[in-house]
Amino acid sequence: MRWGLEDVRVRRGRTLALDGLTMPADPSLVTVVVGGDGAGKSTCLDVLVGLVEPDAGTVRRPAKERIGYVPATAGLYTDLTVQENLDFTAEAYGLSGSEYHRKAAQIAERVGLAGARHRLGSQLSGGMQRKLAVGLALLHSPDLLVLDEPTTGVDPVSRAELWRLISAAAAEGTAVAVATTYVNEAARAAYVVLLEAGKALASGSPDDILDAVPGAVGAIQGAERPTPRSWRRGAGWRVWAPTGMLPDGVRPVDPDFDDAVVIAALARQRER
Amino acid sequence: MRAMVAKEFRELRRDRRTVAMMVVLPVVLLIVFGYAASFNVHNIPTAVVGPGAPQAAALLRAPFHVTEVDTTAGKSAAEARLRDGQAVVAVVTGGSSPLVLMDGTQLFSVQTAENALAKMMPAGAAGSSVPPVQVQILYNPSLNTAWVMVPGLAGLILVFIGTLITSLGVVRERQAGTLEQLAVMPFRAWDVIAGKIVPYLMVAAVDLVLVVAVGMGLFSVPFAGNVAVFAVGAVLFLLVTLGMGVLISTVSQNQGQAIQLAFMILLPQVLLSGLIFPVSSMAAGVRWISYVLPLTYFIEIARGVMLKATPISALWGPIGLLALLAVVVLGLAVARFRRDLAPSAGKAPAQARTREPAAT
Repeated sequence: MRWGLEDVRVRRGRTLALDGLTMPADPSLVTVVVGGDGAGKSTCLDVLVGLVEPDAGTVRRPAKERIGYVPATAGLYTDLTVQENLDFTAEAYGLSGSEYHRKAAQIAERVGLAGARHRLGSQLSGGMQRKLAVGLALLHSPDLLVLDEPTTGVDPVSRAELWRLISAAAAEGTAVAVATTYVNEAARAAYVVLLEAGKALASGSPDDILDAVPGAVGAIQGAERPTPRSWRRGAGWRVWAPTGMLPDGVRPVDPDFDDAVVIAALARQRER
Repeated sequence: MRAMVAKEFRELRRDRRTVAMMVVLPVVLLIVFGYAASFNVHNIPTAVVGPGAPQAAALLRAPFHVTEVDTTAGKSAAEARLRDGQAVVAVVTGGSSPLVLMDGTQLFSVQTAENALAKMMPAGAAGSSVPPVQVQILYNPSLNTAWVMVPGLAGLILVFIGTLITSLGVVRERQAGTLEQLAVMPFRAWDVIAGKIVPYLMVAAVDLVLVVAVGMGLFSVPFAGNVAVFAVGAVLFLLVTLGMGVLISTVSQNQGQAIQLAFMILLPQVLLSGLIFPVSSMAAGVRWISYVLPLTYFIEIARGVMLKATPISALWGPIGLLALLAVVVLGLAVARFRRDLAPSAGKAPAQARTREPAAT
C-alpha cells in the first residue's frame, strides 16, 4: 500500500465513525468507497487528506503539496471566473510561468471550459462546476487525488465525462480515491470498499467481491416477495440463499456487482 | 393557517439563538441602556491652578469635582490638563478675574458646567461671593456636535466593516465548503487567516481615510494632532474589530447567525462607547461594559488627536488597552480558526500514526 488507511478508527462522541477501516490508494489505480448516506465515506476521505486525525490506525498520505482534494460541497469559488479559479489554485501550489500556462490550458481543454475561461463559477451548470473542481484538483499533477462524491446530482453525460477525467488521472500515475453512493460506479474501480456504519462490508477488486459472494443467488418473477432475503430487480426479484439452497421455482443466476453490494449488507445483518 | 403557525413555532424552538435574540436581548438591552442612556453629567473633573487656587477650589461645588489644586501652575499647565484628558474644566486664578477653561470636545460636560457656573453667579447680583469669571471653551469653541461625532462615527464604521463584513467573508467560505479545501491546500493556517484579514484591513483603512476626509471637508472638523498617533490607534482598533469578526465566524454556521451575533456586538458599541452618551454619566453597574469595548478607547484617541492634538504620551492608556484587547481577541480568533482549519491537528493519540513523506 503506497497511500491509504490501515485499520483506522475514528470516534465521534459515543459512536465509531470508522471502525477498523483499511483502504489502499495506490498509484495508477482508482479506489472507490461506496456506501449510503452516513456510512462514513466522507470521514474516510477526511482522514486520508488530514482533515480528521484518527483515534487509532495508520494513515499514509503524501505531503499536502502532492494531494488534490475536492470536498462534497464545493471545490471552486463560484464568485471567481474559471480563469481566476485556475490562477488561485496555481498560486497556492506554487505553479507559475510556462508550466502553469501549459497545465491550465490542458485542464481547461479537458474539462471542456477552454472557451469559457472568463465565465463566473456560478454561471456554470452543476456538472460543469464539478468538472472544473476536479480539474483544479489535478492542476498540480498530485500524487493522490481524493474526490468526495464528485458525481452526486450530476447528469449522466457529465458523470461519464467526470469518470473519463478520473480514469485519465489514474492512467497518468495518480492514486485516486473516490467516494460515491452509486454502486455502478464502483465497478469501474481497481479496488472497492463497501462501507456501512463505518465498517467495510466487503473490500477488494470488483471481481474479488463477486467471487466472495456467499451462498447462492437466484431470480424469480412475481408480485409477492418470495423470501425475506429478496430484493426487487427489474420486473422480478433477486433471492439470496446464504446456505446455497435456493427455494423451489427460483432460477439460479450469476450475481453482478449490484447484487454483491446488497448481499454484503444482508450478510452483515445476518451476522448480527 | 394553524399548521403554518405550529411549524413556525417548532422551527423557532430549535433556533435557540433567534429565540434569545427575540426574548432575552430586548430585556437586557432595556436594562443596560436604561441605565446608560443619560445626558446628565454629575461629575466634572476640574483642575484649579494659580495663586488663588485653594480659595477658588473651596467655592466650587458639584458637579465640579476638583481633582487637582496647584498654586504654582499657570494657564499653559491648565490647558495641558484639558488636552491630555485629565480634566474637563480648569480654573486659572491669578489674573484680574479667574479664567475658566473648558474642553469643548465634552459637549454635555461643558453645557452642564456653563449652567452650574451661571447658577453660582446670578447675573448682576451684587455682593455675590463668587467673582465674575471669564469662560473660554477650547478645541470646539462653538460646541459643534459634528466635530465630536465624526471621529466617533469613523470608529463605528470600522467596527461595522471589521466585525460584520469580515465575519460574513469567513462564514461564506465555511458555508460554501471551500474552507475545508483550503485546509488541505499547502497553506499554513496563518496564511489563510492573514489572507482573509488583510484585504478587509486595507479596505477599512481606506474607508477610515475617506470618512475622516469627508468629515473634514463637509463639517470642517479639524485634524489638529499627529497623524501617526491616530494611525497607531486606528490599526490597533481595526485588529480588535477584525479579530471579533473572525471570532464570530468561528461560532456561526451561516451568514444569518453571523449577522445576528455581529449586531449583538455592534449595538452596545453604539450606545455604550461614549459615542452618544458620556461614559462618565453611565451608572457604575453598566459603565464597566464601556471599558471592555474597543470603540470606547478609539473614540478617546480619535477625539483627542483630531480635536485637541493630544500627544501620544497622554494616550498610552487607551492605546495600551487597545493593544491588549487586540492580542486577546485576535489570539482567541486565530486559535479557534486554526482549529477549524486543522480540526484535530496535534491531537492524534499515540496509537494513531500518520505518515507524510516530505514533498519531492
